[in-house]
Amino acid sequence: MENLENFRKETRAWLEANCPAEMRRATQTEEDACWGGRHWKFQSDAQRQWLERMAAKGWTVPEWPREYGGGGLSRDEAKILRQEMSALGCRPPLQSFGIWMLGPALLKYGSEEQKREHLPKIARGEIRWCQGYSEPGSGSDLASLQTRAEDKGDQFLVNGSKIWTSYADKADWIFCLVRTDPNAPKHEGISFILFDMESAGVSTKPITLISGASPFCQTFFDDVLVPKANLVGKLNKGWDIAKYLLTHERDMIGGMGTTSESRSLGQIATDTVGTDNGVLADTVLRGQIAAFEIDALAFRLTMERAGDMAKVGQAHPAVSSLLKYYGTELNKRRMELVMSAGGTDALEWEGERSREGRTARAWLRSKANSIEGGTSEVQLNIIAKRILGLPGA
Amino acid sequence: MALVLNDEQTMLRDNARGFLAKNAPIAHLRALRDKRDADGFSRALWKDFVELGWAGILVPQDYGGLELGYVEAGVVMEELGRTLTPSPFLSTAVLAATAIARGGNEQQKKSYLPKIVAGELIATLAVDETAKHHPEKIAMPAVRAGNGFKLSGAKTFVIDGHVANLLIVAARTSGKAGDTSGLTLFLIDAKAVGVRAERTSTVDTHNAARITFDDVSVGADNVLGKIDAGWDVLEGVLNAGRAAVAAEMVGASEEAFSHTVTYLKERKQFGKAIGEFQALQHRAAHLYCELEVTRAAMLKALQTLDDSYDRSGAIVSVAKARAGLSATLAVQEAVQMHGGIGMTDEFDIGLFMKRIRVCQELFGDSNFHADRLARLNRY
Repeated sequence: MENLENFRKETRAWLEANCPAEMRRATQTEEDACWGGRHWKFQSDAQRQWLERMAAKGWTVPEWPREYGGGGLSRDEAKILRQEMSALGCRPPLQSFGIWMLGPALLKYGSEEQKREHLPKIARGEIRWCQGYSEPGSGSDLASLQTRAEDKGDQFLVNGSKIWTSYADKADWIFCLVRTDPNAPKHEGISFILFDMESAGVSTKPITLISGASPFCQTFFDDVLVPKANLVGKLNKGWDIAKYLLTHERDMIGGMGTTSESRSLGQIATDTVGTDNGVLADTVLRGQIAAFEIDALAFRLTMERAGDMAKVGQAHPAVSSLLKYYGTELNKRRMELVMSAGGTDALEWEGERSREGRTARAWLRSKANSIEGGTSEVQLNIIAKRILGLPGA
Repeated sequence: MALVLNDEQTMLRDNARGFLAKNAPIAHLRALRDKRDADGFSRALWKDFVELGWAGILVPQDYGGLELGYVEAGVVMEELGRTLTPSPFLSTAVLAATAIARGGNEQQKKSYLPKIVAGELIATLAVDETAKHHPEKIAMPAVRAGNGFKLSGAKTFVIDGHVANLLIVAARTSGKAGDTSGLTLFLIDAKAVGVRAERTSTVDTHNAARITFDDVSVGADNVLGKIDAGWDVLEGVLNAGRAAVAAEMVGASEEAFSHTVTYLKERKQFGKAIGEFQALQHRAAHLYCELEVTRAAMLKALQTLDDSYDRSGAIVSVAKARAGLSATLAVQEAVQMHGGIGMTDEFDIGLFMKRIRVCQELFGDSNFHADRLARLNRY
């Protein structure tokens, strides 16, 4: 415990000395977040400095081993780092699907060469990754995917198409599920491969969503050659890696509902509907907000408890389905209340007053939470089968 | 603090579960009900609880207790919830022990706490005067008379009120209904002149009474805490009771859920187990999530009572509100998924539904606690 307290003091001192003032203000727009990659344009010197300093300490990925660019911190130390960053208001220096999804999968399934090649570049924000999972014909039934990778000696020849590829148009590399044995049962003919998005035959087309934004693309592979060295794990055993990575994706999406907002629902509603003797004038809305806040706080504690249980070896592996399901449904509920509390102010779509319709767009964006990374219904199937052991689930 | 039970707490849970499964299964409640037992609980079983140290689980060691925390008391409550065991644990070991240990003077602690530990005293808290919990609206007057006070009025749904030897009564010494100031707590002997207890027959066959006070004299040395400042003690005691009842609901609802999942796997209709139908799978999976989320809040509330007793209001309200709603869902789904058999008295599921309805009301239902949280968050 004493060591941890020392670590806390040192960490606070280091952050105070090294985190630029500009990086201690809450992110306002998507562009405020640093995603890194070959084509990344830093918003400011402060953003570049903050990434470089944190990467040098390995603190963009605090719990990864030092030899792969991580900080080599224990769980407790990493928690302290998060707490101290949050206390000072430090922005995350880097966010990426490499950190959240591919990294954990490579640490578990990658070869030594693959780890040494890819992990440090993720940690330093040099390569930005995207995820090639869903296909036009394969949504919830992901394992029915049809993108083919044929054996051509030293290389695979990849043909097919992926959809909902987040930021494919901005990514440098893709981690991709491909069918390598079309004759095997659907789960047993899938492999997990990595390739450069600048390879010949790769093209992307952004998809405009109901929010007006285009974070997702359809991605096309037309005779793309991929070296066999880029196969992760064993041939035709990619489904295990896919599932493992999905648990990390679910944790990431499930946590979205708990991101700290600058104004609470109670404050937003106080501004729009006013108060009567100290309580919100709209008492029905007040009750809905209170009910939401009860669930939101309890859910934050559930996430904390899941972490604590993992630490003592009591966690059920399917708990990520619980967190994904509950967290995303909660976030959708929150955004409905934000819209309700905001009234007509929240309906504005363009213009400075509404910050280009930020509220309405965020509300619409939240609807994808319970679809992406496995729908709520798929999570309930997983819980029914793996935790409750219900027959035929 | 990690949101998991430590080794000692896990051992306590396992021991309590084993003991209650053997000595007080649901058949125990049925037997008390069917023979219309006058006490409504087993004094022999309470003696066993005393020997296990449970009566003094929260009592400081200086007064002979185990001096464990609310997490441990919650562990016992959760197990009592699983077996629906009626006992004076909540009234005496949680509410009264907390009130006296936290609010009493040395003389009061010395006279009552060792007796609670020894099982010689059943004590309870008398707060509510109306059908819905609303402690700041207490109106029952305690009027100064000579060196003490005179109390007149009635308290409703006093847990174990018909068997209690000692009543901790909240009454108004100044101010008006709705004020948190002006309340005072009194220690009143249940046999005092003018005190009358009328047992309330309740839907869950657990124990409560309506207590009337007819010009009851109380000496100044029987004031618990400060005159007019009873709220300071009362709020903490109520929070302890709320968290304890939340733990009981978590135990009862998980037990009902576990019976339900077993039934889904066994019951066959249309040639297959009904648990194969996705309509039921998704409802069961959703309910599982609700119960897990409640458990985290319940554990945090108990830990907060142990670590920062005076700052536990918000999290206790979260836990009690959640427990009320998720347990209600659990027993409703339990009866529905059991179908016709779930409606029969012979089957235990209905007993869980009855107990949860009572627990939902005790010390504020989910709406009360949502309102309280909104007030604490100033909207």
